[in-house]
Amino acid sequence: MIEVSNLVKSYGNNKAVNNISFTAEKGEILGFLGLNGAGKSTTMNILTGYISCNGGSAKLNGIDILENPIAAKKSIGYLPEQPPLYPDMTVDEYLKFVYALKKTKIPRNSHLNEICELVKIADVRHRLIRNLSKGYKQRVGLAQALVGNPPILILDEPTVGLDPKQIIEIRSLVKKLGKNHTVILSSHILPEVQAVCDKIVIINSGKIVANGTAGSLSANLNTDSNKLVMRIEGKSNEIEKLLAGVGDVTKVFVGAEVEDKVCEYHIETKPDSDVRREIFGRLSSRNYPILMMKSNELTLEEIFLRLTTGDNFPGNPEEQGGKS
Amino acid sequence: MTAILSREMKAYFVTPLGYVFVGVSFIFSGAFFFLFTLTSPTPTMGVVDFSTMFTLMFFVLMVTVPLLTMRLLSDERRTKTDQLVLTAPVGLFSLVFAKFAAAFIIFVLSTAIMLVYGLVLSRFTDALNWWTLFGHIFGLIMVGAVYISAGLLVSSLTENQMVAAVISVFVNIGFLLTTLIASHIPSAFVAEIVANLSLLGRYERFTVGIFELENVLFFISIAVVFLFLTVRVLEKRRWS
Repeated sequence: MIEVSNLVKSYGNNKAVNNISFTAEKGEILGFLGLNGAGKSTTMNILTGYISCNGGSAKLNGIDILENPIAAKKSIGYLPEQPPLYPDMTVDEYLKFVYALKKTKIPRNSHLNEICELVKIADVRHRLIRNLSKGYKQRVGLAQALVGNPPILILDEPTVGLDPKQIIEIRSLVKKLGKNHTVILSSHILPEVQAVCDKIVIINSGKIVANGTAGSLSANLNTDSNKLVMRIEGKSNEIEKLLAGVGDVTKVFVGAEVEDKVCEYHIETKPDSDVRREIFGRLSSRNYPILMMKSNELTLEEIFLRLTTGDNFPGNPEEQGGKS
Repeated sequence: MTAILSREMKAYFVTPLGYVFVGVSFIFSGAFFFLFTLTSPTPTMGVVDFSTMFTLMFFVLMVTVPLLTMRLLSDERRTKTDQLVLTAPVGLFSLVFAKFAAAFIIFVLSTAIMLVYGLVLSRFTDALNWWTLFGHIFGLIMVGAVYISAGLLVSSLTENQMVAAVISVFVNIGFLLTTLIASHIPSAFVAEIVANLSLLGRYERFTVGIFELENVLFFISIAVVFLFLTVRVLEKRRWS
């Protein structure tokens, strides 16, 4: 349905999009994840034919957007980052304009009614767009993308600026749309992509850094499941010895003193071993209270940050300055 | 294309722009009609003389037509609605032509109001030659087509409609100065080309009642060149 291969877009020497390839099948929701400025909007603008690219190709519904833009554009509904609304029109006038602009063949009134019901803007159809709230504007923008029932929907940060209730509504709407459309959705909010998308593409400074389902991403990238972070009250050198004495522990690192007499300890163990009970037993027998113990398993959020910024995350002091 | 055309035409009368343009044109043409045709009739060979009125309208249009064109493309870019229009299955030329046509239709309608002056006169005199009046109005429409296409090109170059308006006025003044500029160009060949770009010279042929096909073709070709350049500007933006 969507086939992007080796897409390149440069502004001067700066490559905004650098050799991106991915595919999305019919009925799939593909999440496009990256920090602001990573190249998400640029990619979407290329896919929709708003800007051109310097190399590579993008096929939508089997039609190359560069070779046959008008035919390809017919199968796309696009919601840009800022909904493209004319403030001086009413919602109804606007949708009728979009309907005519897209040369839609479906019977007009029933089609527009259906869309308005779907995105819940039926009650504001006769109001000027200028006077609508941000949430309504976003939904009118989404309605605009749906006009003509295009098989491909490209939504650039559809939930930005909405309140939590609206975010949930839009997410469930996108999920519903994903059943019979191919949807590409960009976001810099990870839980959103996690909640909605079948497939995730993480992009950082123009390059794809990860590509897969939510599950496969965390499985592949989670190399830190054999680490524990603990806070224990007591003499740090004694505790360190105690911890190092546990059979499967390979490394102990004493971190900063977080409270009076309480230090943070980072423990590495052999893979697939669980030392938590043994550690508890040893420490309690010596009367060192455990104030915190958690495994250092990465959340998807941390994977994302790690991939996109190369930053360290809390509780991993050994990687100071390290870039992954 | 019809979608964009009808939206733009409606937009002129949702904002004050359309009213201001029609009103201002009407005020000036009315005043000139009163001062130079009605109250100081100088019938040449027994025919009512509109030439002063229409020569002055040429100058008025230099300033008023940019009102029609200033926001056509600049505003789309500022409000990012160009993302809707440029990602819809519409070709760039259709888009530019629709924008041009919207402004042009409003312009033609407001110019056609001048036929009222002919109607008024025909009640009182037999010295009115309708064909002369038609020729004048046609000449004005030709000039308007050039000003609108030039304004559209300028509008495609900026995001700010006021900047577009001001630059458009300067472009129109530039057309007026071509004869002056040409007299300072040493190369006779180039000087002739520049001098021939003078809109006023060709427009004055209409105001003395002479209808020449070459002048009509001149105005149409200049307008087409500007529309073509506008398409190129939009196209170029996709690639930069």
